[in-house]
Amino acid sequence: MISSNQPKCLTALDRPNSYIGQSVPRPNLARLLQGRGQYVSDLVLPRMIHVAFVRSLHAHARISAINTEAARAMPGVVAVVTGRELADVVTPWVGVLSHLKGLKSAPQHAMAIDRVCWQGEAVVAVLASSRALAEDAAEAVEVSYEELPAVTDMRSALDPATPAIHPDLGDNLAFERNHDAGAVDAAFAEADEVVEVEFVFGRHTGVTLEPRSVVADWNAGERRLIIYQGTQAPHMVQNIAAKHLGLAEQQVRVVCKDVGGSFGIKVHIYADEMATYGLAKLLRRPVKFVADRVESFNTDIHARDHICKGRIAVNRNGSIKAFEIDDLTGIGSYSMYPRTSAIEANQVVNLVGGQYTTPNYRARARVVFQNKNVTCQYRAVGHPIACSVTEGLVDLAARRIGMDPVQIRRLNLIGDDAYPCASPTGLRFEALSHHASLQKLLQMMDYDALRAEQARLRGQGIHRGIGLASFIEVTNPGAAFYGVGGARISSQDGVTVRLDAAGSVTCYTSITEQGQGSEAITAQIVASGLGVSIDRVRVVLGDTDATPYGGGTWASRAAGIGGEAALQSAKMLRGNILQVAAAILQARPEDLDISDNAVVDPSSGERKIELSELARIVFFRPDTLPPGLQPEMVATRHFVPREYGFAFTNGIQASWLEVDTATGFVSLLNHWVVEDCGTVINPQLVDEQIRGGVVQGLGAALFEHCIYDERGQLTNANMADYLVPMAAEMPDIAVGHVVTPTKESELGAKGAGEAGTAGAAAAVANAVNDALSPFGVSITEIPLTPRVILSALGRI
Amino acid sequence: MKAPAFSYVRAESVEHALELLSRHGNAAKILSGGQSLLPALNLRLAAPAVLIDIGRLDELRGIKLRDDVVTIGALTRHADLLTSEEISASLPLLRKAAAHVAHPAIRNRGTIGGNLAHADPASEFPACMLALDARMVIRGEGGERRVNARDFFRGIYETALEPHELLAAIEVPRPQPGSRTYFHEFVRRSGDYAMTGLAALAHVDGAQLGDLRLSYFAISDRPHLARATSHLVGVEITAERIAEAQAELDAELDPPDDQQASAAMRRHFARLLLFRCVADVLGRPELAMEAVR
Amino acid sequence: MTTTRIALTVNGESVSADVPARLNLADFVRDQLGLTGTHVGCEHGVCGACTLRVDGEIVRSCLTLVVQADGCAVETIEGLSDSGEIADLQAAFRERNALQCGYCTPGMLMTAQDLLRKCANPERTEIREHLSGNYCRCTGYHAIVDAVERTAKARQRRS
Repeated sequence: MISSNQPKCLTALDRPNSYIGQSVPRPNLARLLQGRGQYVSDLVLPRMIHVAFVRSLHAHARISAINTEAARAMPGVVAVVTGRELADVVTPWVGVLSHLKGLKSAPQHAMAIDRVCWQGEAVVAVLASSRALAEDAAEAVEVSYEELPAVTDMRSALDPATPAIHPDLGDNLAFERNHDAGAVDAAFAEADEVVEVEFVFGRHTGVTLEPRSVVADWNAGERRLIIYQGTQAPHMVQNIAAKHLGLAEQQVRVVCKDVGGSFGIKVHIYADEMATYGLAKLLRRPVKFVADRVESFNTDIHARDHICKGRIAVNRNGSIKAFEIDDLTGIGSYSMYPRTSAIEANQVVNLVGGQYTTPNYRARARVVFQNKNVTCQYRAVGHPIACSVTEGLVDLAARRIGMDPVQIRRLNLIGDDAYPCASPTGLRFEALSHHASLQKLLQMMDYDALRAEQARLRGQGIHRGIGLASFIEVTNPGAAFYGVGGARISSQDGVTVRLDAAGSVTCYTSITEQGQGSEAITAQIVASGLGVSIDRVRVVLGDTDATPYGGGTWASRAAGIGGEAALQSAKMLRGNILQVAAAILQARPEDLDISDNAVVDPSSGERKIELSELARIVFFRPDTLPPGLQPEMVATRHFVPREYGFAFTNGIQASWLEVDTATGFVSLLNHWVVEDCGTVINPQLVDEQIRGGVVQGLGAALFEHCIYDERGQLTNANMADYLVPMAAEMPDIAVGHVVTPTKESELGAKGAGEAGTAGAAAAVANAVNDALSPFGVSITEIPLTPRVILSALGRI
Repeated sequence: MKAPAFSYVRAESVEHALELLSRHGNAAKILSGGQSLLPALNLRLAAPAVLIDIGRLDELRGIKLRDDVVTIGALTRHADLLTSEEISASLPLLRKAAAHVAHPAIRNRGTIGGNLAHADPASEFPACMLALDARMVIRGEGGERRVNARDFFRGIYETALEPHELLAAIEVPRPQPGSRTYFHEFVRRSGDYAMTGLAALAHVDGAQLGDLRLSYFAISDRPHLARATSHLVGVEITAERIAEAQAELDAELDPPDDQQASAAMRRHFARLLLFRCVADVLGRPELAMEAVR
Repeated sequence: MTTTRIALTVNGESVSADVPARLNLADFVRDQLGLTGTHVGCEHGVCGACTLRVDGEIVRSCLTLVVQADGCAVETIEGLSDSGEIADLQAAFRERNALQCGYCTPGMLMTAQDLLRKCANPERTEIREHLSGNYCRCTGYHAIVDAVERTAKARQRRS
């Protein structure tokens, strides 16, 4: 294990001029910095028309009549299409996975047919020559509704008196999971102390700055649908679109260039996107759908919205004896397709207590339908809930027994020498570094000095708090996530590397780029693995016609899975090149290597032949090569981890903040993160992933909340009322690393995309409670608004 | 999210604008900086038939000092209030407030006249004008009239402006030398609308307050000038006095309960602001500390 | 639909067009001029993605009708890039990875350059405050503040 501020690459990867472990600037930044990116919202095609959806005003209602006559007569209108008409083109779907036993949902159509189940569900599509004209005509569509009772409160959704949203399903329980490990009852009975509390997590959403955008282009001559979409998973979109439009997969091409943020928002199949594909086919021309911001709030997946009861058993010596949770989450009116809306609760069950040694753990999770927008997988799925519950309970237990929060963690975190081992839910940990990470964090933040400052300021009536949150993070998922449940979502990725005629390299990868740096790390790995300078490597991604088949970029898998495929394909091409070089140079391949764009003698470094010269011979003078030698200047490799279902990573965060106890306002002063994502391919990119993730967690902790009223109306569906974190309120964030590579791959990289979001809210909540400890107050609800804090303090 | 269709006329003069206003009546909206109107249009919360753009009328621009009155043209932008030396010297309250209005790009276009005529109860400037006892100079086809700030703001987005009238300028009496100002607002994020805020003008007379105008915003349907200050003027200020004033303030407020803040929070913030303001203008931080307890 | 004839300069080039009154400046530069570097994020003036310069000052182009820009000099990210005015700021963003998806970046650069023109040596809190109307979901802002701070220091050294 290597522990340092500036993580170094592994020696096995440390080829001459290796880019692995270097903070190489991303090659695509110049374009983005000049405003010359190509986002789907920028795309214009000949004969393209724009769609605006008439959306339900009600959370639950029967559609009694639709009159589109006036709308059809409006200027610029090309077509007005109802849900019933579109159902002839797009078949319905049910968002379930077979490995989530008992998960049920109802058939969902691209647009509502006779009933709307949440406010914002699309009812009628209006297509016109401009978005403005489409919106004008949408206002002229008359939809008559008969309102139905709306199920909005998840606490009463399962009451017998509450009507089932989908009567055919019998009740509003979409999914339930129970887990019982060890001897939980005995542990609680015998423990010195038991702390029990209810945690409340507000519903929030992703707010990608570029809204969801699609241009669907049906070429009736080719009988082919090209979907230009900002998506994280092009092959998944290809599969689903083909399936529900009655096409063969090869009739669908998905193209994804620049994407203005995703975070899990753009890894799903949305009804209105499916409608857009269908409308293009129906109307035989390109159709553009760009969600506006209000539509985004009403229809982009929401996340969290959990009420989780938690219990912890602890002895006075600090030994944690058991965890128990009872989690309830409201997922809206359908289970999202195709990844389902049960994954988050499932993750919560999986992850709670997973960083601690106690084998005693009981969990129940119930997932219920409501007449609200759907929830689904958004960055760090389940992690923030699990981390906040676990770490909140641990802090409350420490407070109960009068122990420092650091000490209780030292006593109970799984030892760094205990691996491999498994969690009470059966998660298998290859190698984690909780204690090394904690130690490093304490050094970075100078914990003892902060404690002293806290005490000094308390004397002046200034209330500052320190909050810690350790966590485990699911990355590099194999087929266990979706594939085993029957979803055609690839868990393997592929990379093709090609030496071109001028000696440069083109690389095609199935992972996608939404700003994480997929393109950069692929170029780094290929350049390093092959032995060329990075400026010679061009990376192509986001096109199902061009790249190998693969999963894409989600669940912190791109670097660990796509990166390994890149390394192996580069190595294979290197072997192919050296074979040719050996023939040209009359040497043995094993006595040659590639470095700095030339075939070299590895012992002396002598440049034997430039790659450009080799390529010239291969492509233009193959007649000069020895007979029987057929150069293969293209290599493809695929990869998926097989030994472990997931590559778990770990980390710990700390927050230092001040609570104005007169106003309930929280000022974030500092934030630290130490995480262990294995081999760090590009330290700067990892750090910025962490920082961005932290701020999404800080948003959840303090600001973000989709506020529904009791009638199921989202009351703050705009950016003035839904508060995202902005620059002025956010702290600087220090990031450190411990490096424990996975042995599943030669690269050794695990994911880093969830870590920041996983622990930030827990750290803040613990810090707020630490700051408020003189008041005997503890708050287990986020967002921690001034109202929540003032109420807890009894000031209002 | 595209604005509905409307017609557009650029006014060539104030007279032209007034003529257009009387021709179109309620179907028309005045476009000044557009920083409140455009969001409403884009969200299709407003659908005027015609926009009358007064943005090029130089006669509505500028800040003039005359005797004891500062005249601020309606087209004076928030950014101008931030950078104007005249405002800094004469009306520091407006400078303080302007820094809290939205963000730089919005302050570059938003105008004081547009802001006041919009009469958002959570906005900073209406409360400042009330604290400063400003007069609105209103132009109509019949001529010019002046309305005091306390009479100008009539409710949520409601003012004393008739449909055919235009807010042309604001006349602000220059506060006496030695007067102090206080401005604070509780916002979740920098530039947001306030949950509750206070713009105040005080005359400090030795250790006492000669006058105190506490103008609250985001606490009612219009800016609210606290009557409770009568307990604090011309007396020795103690924590008890402030507590009395707080109780009085509490009695006179009837704040709304909404997503931004509950009524109880607004009352709490209003009481707190009273404390903090008095402590600040008197230079007695120990008073504010007592308030926390 | 009635239209209004306007003439303006965009990145120094003269442009004239007949535009409907409701067309905002963001949609005009994007849809009619193909200058898609100006991004549309919220269309109600909160996110800052559409920030560009009119007569030298930053504005929200979603809150500006193009008819209001008649006779004005409009500058977009493409203009600032080609003139080289913000080459150092762009380089600092690149070196510091102060962008991920890049969607906020044009507006962020516009706003940062506005600050640097007004204030030679801003504190980090001043940078954060000036950028407080520009939403970035990816970076968490830290790297952006670093890049702006570094550019300010480098410009000071040069001057």
